Amino acid sequence: MSSLAHKARQPRDEAILIAGERVVCDRRGVLFAPELELLVVSDLHLEKGSSYARRGALLPPYDTAATLQHLAAVIDHYRPRRVISLGDSFHDGEGAARLPEIFRQALEALMAGRDWFWVAGNHDPQAPAGLPGDTVSEIHVGGLSFRHEPSATPVEGEIAGHLHPCARIVQRGRSVRRRCFASDGSRIIMPAFGAYTGSLNVLDRAYHGLFDWEKFRAYMLGSHRIFSIAGAMLHPG
Amino acid sequence: MNDQSRSEPSEQSAILPEPFLKWFESRGWSPRAHQLDLLVRAQAGKSVLLIAPTGAGKTLAGFLPTLVDLANRPKRRPGQARRGIHTLYISPLKALAVDIERNLGKPVAEIGLPITLETRTGDTPSHKRQRQKLVPPDILMTTPEQLALLIASPDGPRFFEDLRYIVLDELHSLVTSKRGHLLSLGLARLRRFVPDLQAIGLSATVSDPDELRRWLVGQNPPGDMADLIEVAGGAKPEISILDSEERVPWAGHSARYAIPEIYDAVRRHKTTLLFVNTRSQAEFLFQELWRANDDNLPIALHHGSLDVSQRRRVEKAMETNSLRGIVATSTLDLGIDWGDVDLVVHVGAPKGASRLAQRIGRSNHRMDEPSQAILIPANRFEVLECRAALEANYLGAQDTPPLVEGALDVLCQHVLGVACGAPFRADDLFEEVRTAAPYATLDRRTFDRVVDFVATGGYALKSYERYARIKLTKDGTWRISHPRVAQQYRLNVGTIIEVPSLTVRYVREGRGLAARGGPALGKIEEAFLETLVPGDTFLFSGKVLRFEGIRENECFVSNAPGKDAKVPYYGGGKFPLSTYLADVVRAMLADPQRWKQLPDQVADWLRLQSEKSILPRRSDLLIETFPRGGRHYMVAYPFEGRPAHQTLGMLLTRRLERAGARPFGFVATDYALAIWSLGDMGHMFGRGELPLGQLFDEDMLGDDLDAWLADSWMLKRTFRNCALISGLIEKRHPGQEKSGRQVNVSADLIYDVLRSHEPDHILLQATRADAAMGLLDVRRLGEMLSRIRGRIVHKPLEQISPLAVPIMLEIGKEAVRGDADDTLLLEAEGIIEEAMGPQ
Repeated sequence: MSSLAHKARQPRDEAILIAGERVVCDRRGVLFAPELELLVVSDLHLEKGSSYARRGALLPPYDTAATLQHLAAVIDHYRPRRVISLGDSFHDGEGAARLPEIFRQALEALMAGRDWFWVAGNHDPQAPAGLPGDTVSEIHVGGLSFRHEPSATPVEGEIAGHLHPCARIVQRGRSVRRRCFASDGSRIIMPAFGAYTGSLNVLDRAYHGLFDWEKFRAYMLGSHRIFSIAGAMLHPG
Repeated sequence: MNDQSRSEPSEQSAILPEPFLKWFESRGWSPRAHQLDLLVRAQAGKSVLLIAPTGAGKTLAGFLPTLVDLANRPKRRPGQARRGIHTLYISPLKALAVDIERNLGKPVAEIGLPITLETRTGDTPSHKRQRQKLVPPDILMTTPEQLALLIASPDGPRFFEDLRYIVLDELHSLVTSKRGHLLSLGLARLRRFVPDLQAIGLSATVSDPDELRRWLVGQNPPGDMADLIEVAGGAKPEISILDSEERVPWAGHSARYAIPEIYDAVRRHKTTLLFVNTRSQAEFLFQELWRANDDNLPIALHHGSLDVSQRRRVEKAMETNSLRGIVATSTLDLGIDWGDVDLVVHVGAPKGASRLAQRIGRSNHRMDEPSQAILIPANRFEVLECRAALEANYLGAQDTPPLVEGALDVLCQHVLGVACGAPFRADDLFEEVRTAAPYATLDRRTFDRVVDFVATGGYALKSYERYARIKLTKDGTWRISHPRVAQQYRLNVGTIIEVPSLTVRYVREGRGLAARGGPALGKIEEAFLETLVPGDTFLFSGKVLRFEGIRENECFVSNAPGKDAKVPYYGGGKFPLSTYLADVVRAMLADPQRWKQLPDQVADWLRLQSEKSILPRRSDLLIETFPRGGRHYMVAYPFEGRPAHQTLGMLLTRRLERAGARPFGFVATDYALAIWSLGDMGHMFGRGELPLGQLFDEDMLGDDLDAWLADSWMLKRTFRNCALISGLIEKRHPGQEKSGRQVNVSADLIYDVLRSHEPDHILLQATRADAAMGLLDVRRLGEMLSRIRGRIVHKPLEQISPLAVPIMLEIGKEAVRGDADDTLLLEAEGIIEEAMGPQ
């Protein structure tokens, strides 16, 4: 028991091959492709708090700060040459315009000196107001293609977001639910990175037809490491 | 009827109008002294607290001032304005409001009084509510939530302008929760509308009546109290403890050993009410009684999770006395008058003397006949506890918990409600709020922070000014910024948080989720269902069910007759052992003279303990240490209830870890705490490496508690409730119901963000206060640590002691807790690797 607990605390990320490219599913919820010096992050949903506040739910106005802090930590760790933000970077179309000045500066500091791509999402179809970086609907790098919403049929090498995957296991009378990377070795759907983003179980019907279920694995985010769990072990809900 | 409670005829005629006297006479009754006493005091303009046992005519007493006043009222002349509500009746249960409407309607009709009575609950259709606003009844029977809604409406002052009395039923149960806090604030608001308003509280016996007396009246000046009328109990109940032929088990809560004897008692009585502490015990007992039910006696099950229609059927059957036994949880605790019960069986320890008295009060609903009750201890410690409760009952001892300070999340909700009704000045509202007893000591700074929270969320980072829900206007009043705010308030009012739960629905076996759902059986908490895998069996609604899976908001199950239920619900009870009973139990352990009152097998057990180890003196804390199976154990016996022991266990393991004892687990019961470790704790205590006085020092409630709490799942759960009640997150939006899960997820995320960016936020303050009071029972732990200072007795042993056996049997029954989640993930990963081999 205690050696297991110790093992669970050893930092570990999971490297997998997708369309011939080696990518690392990082325990903090980002994807890194070392050969491409590329960092991918999905569904930041910046300014979700203020988006709710506009409608009368006064959530703590610190979600953008928290999300950018976490992002700064992984960027500092990998020092990527390029970054792709895989859509829904802002929670709504006016999010970038509402961004408080200190966060705008923090974000620009992260972007400085590297190529930055905003993939358009359903929440933020337009380019973020007043921010540098290229806004694209889709982008291809190496053997990989990046878009916000996953294609309805299997596409080799596609990296997408949008669905906010999570997975659940039941073990010894306890249930554990975590955000995860969802993959069958052919494509990946990335977990949402934003501090206020909820998640949707990979067994939900929204994922139907996206994966070869025989080869499916959920790379669940632990506090210290990634846990690679086969589809047969997962529970809905 | 009790002779002392009758009054002299001359006294009656002095105040009771003729039709009332005739009515009493026609029934062959005479008004009781406390009923007339209450009338006299009410007519003198006083607010009154009436404490009386069930069957004392409490309801009629509470309404007598209203009925007499209305009987004497001149008729309304044509053209005269309609009169508003005269009396408001508040009860904790919807069903009780309906029940009282029926019970009171009878004398009103028989006396021939021109009085209208109506109920207004969450179930009242909107056209009826509309009509009630235009044509108010004389007496309105409603719940605390409906009152909150009424006073938050702009026409509140007009609606209540003729209000004379407010009658608060089952006050003892209303005041102990956040619902009570909300109600106290509503009462303060009503007194602002109607300064002469008189409150009449009806209550069962409590340990400190003065608390309730203050609660009923404005604390202006602080300490003001309502008048008190106390009616002594009727005939003493006849309570016995089952002296079983069978062996009483060391541990567990099922009382399976006593089933034949319980069944026999049911058979020998007309109607038996069988109380248990938890729903799982109710399910188990019901199942076992039917297994023993050779005579096919009509025995029914009643608990809060069952489908409403099924509960109504049971209640109907009780009214008509067509049941022989009813297995029930606390849903039947309150004073609803159903049928003729001649025996109460209490399975499991009652946990509190007052709770036991109220439950026994359910039988023989007439004051002058003694109630019959049998207590069934489920294990050996419960034998001691039942004995203590029985003595307390004969002494008339009360151990209702002391009232706590008003919660801040409730105040947040109320402040928004006030603004929805009318603009307010902060100075005025602050004074008004402090007249409510739970908020009498509120300071201005905290109040201002509450107002700030209601306006813009109360954050240090001021970025929401433009989204404010209430705004300070030029004339110095706070007003809501948009009508939508009032709409959202109305949808979120109240302090009852539904635990996320799923409807349980029948399907045919093996059809899985493809099947079409059959009838609904009731609701089960999501948290329990999440621990099941398809194929698991469990007890619910009196049946063994197989879990088939979850589809959307429904849980599918199939019948699994003849199978054993594999997965139990919660192990222990939900109420901790009361401080009073704990003290009596400790005294009983310490005094061999008193063991004579105990069954032989239990007395023998204690005797054996005093030979093999020791029995602690009443005020001492015994700590035993012994090795077993390669581990070292420490067992402590504080008798302070499971929540306090659980908190103590968490804190002690942190300290033992620091001291190098390498602890790796603990288990807590209502009576004891066991911790196990790799290091030899007995040695460390004995050689002075780790003095026990230092280990149990009160300072553990400082930094250690804070550090542990910050990451605790309990705090997250508490935060969710505070966030919902305060209005930070919504229960539901207009036109859209949010499922429990979505709320849950976002509340956890909000908690994490808020804690790391503004740990002193008012809602986190409220959360910590709640957790300390409830789940963690920090107050009680603190009192215990201070009591045992310098009184810790360490007994190093070579092997397990008799007293330690019950808690040692609990080890392994508990699911893993705390931050072991990642370890479970690792196991899940490993199982598949094993099955599939290296890839």
